[in-house]
Amino acid sequence: MKLTSKLWLGIGILVILSPLGLLLPEYFKAGDAWGEWGPDTLKELVGYIPQGFEKLSGLWNAPLPDYVFKGWEESGLGGLSIAYIASAVIGILITVTVILLLGRVLSKKD
Amino acid sequence: MHIPDGYLGPATSGAMYAVMLPIWALASRMVKKTLKARQVPLLAISAAFSFVIMMFNVPIPGGTTGHAVGAVLAAILLGPWAACIAVTVALVVQALLFGDGGITAIGANCFNMAFVEVFAGYYLYKLISGKSSAASGRRVVAAGIAGYLALNIAAFTAALLFGIQPLLYKTAGGQTLYCPYGLNVTIPMMLGEHLLVFGWVEALITALVVKYLQKQDPALIASGKEG
Repeated sequence: MKLTSKLWLGIGILVILSPLGLLLPEYFKAGDAWGEWGPDTLKELVGYIPQGFEKLSGLWNAPLPDYVFKGWEESGLGGLSIAYIASAVIGILITVTVILLLGRVLSKKD
Repeated sequence: MHIPDGYLGPATSGAMYAVMLPIWALASRMVKKTLKARQVPLLAISAAFSFVIMMFNVPIPGGTTGHAVGAVLAAILLGPWAACIAVTVALVVQALLFGDGGITAIGANCFNMAFVEVFAGYYLYKLISGKSSAASGRRVVAAGIAGYLALNIAAFTAALLFGIQPLLYKTAGGQTLYCPYGLNVTIPMMLGEHLLVFGWVEALITALVVKYLQKQDPALIASGKEG
């Protein structure tokens, strides 16, 4: 097998394993990354929601917020894991497409 | 380390975009000069790796989570300018599509992970590798140390951006407008968790992949030869 094929296979394995990034924090009762809290958690932590934060935090409505389909948030760890894998696939496809387009513009023939 | 919208004030976010624009422009110029068409698949793989490895949130039991970035690996394989572009694309897709990192903070997040980590990691790797041969074990160690330190340096610059907010923005009543924690909190928190846990994850993945690639195609990790 060509090396690039092996590496893509490796990426594929990581995609399938990616729900570990969801399940392990759940299992070990770890919360958000430091400094990435939503408004509710921030209010619990500091006692108020900073005014500027309140204005900006909802600025962007991502189509797949937190790597979950909208409406799937309560679908249990199984559903969340499926959404997580699907998000990884979608995210990687878009990332790779952008890089290949950029690569066409930016690279030179050997 | 993906700073969300609302934690940085407009001046900070704007300044970080202003810092990144010339870096992105220069990265495009440098890549155009050096990137060969046959390296493009590796660039895509590096970006994909960075994207997916950031989804592996590693828990600190009962505490926070964090993750590796894969930026140092990209820098070793493709040089810092191409790596900057690879990680930038991954971060922009994460922000726009998944709300992971704010859109106002894309400049700041790219500064930390696609610039600071990439360049710190690249030069640390080069420095520690020295003149060792591409197949040398020293390069695996160099990759690990560079991964560990570079992620921590990036966590430090992220902590600085978080921590200066209370100095810059306060209401008359003393409440902060954006990130509520000052440098006295952000630096020990961000550095502490990355020094203790997440830095080791970056070290491990960088060293393991470099070790694997050494066996497959040592030329790939003789990084830096052409700059």
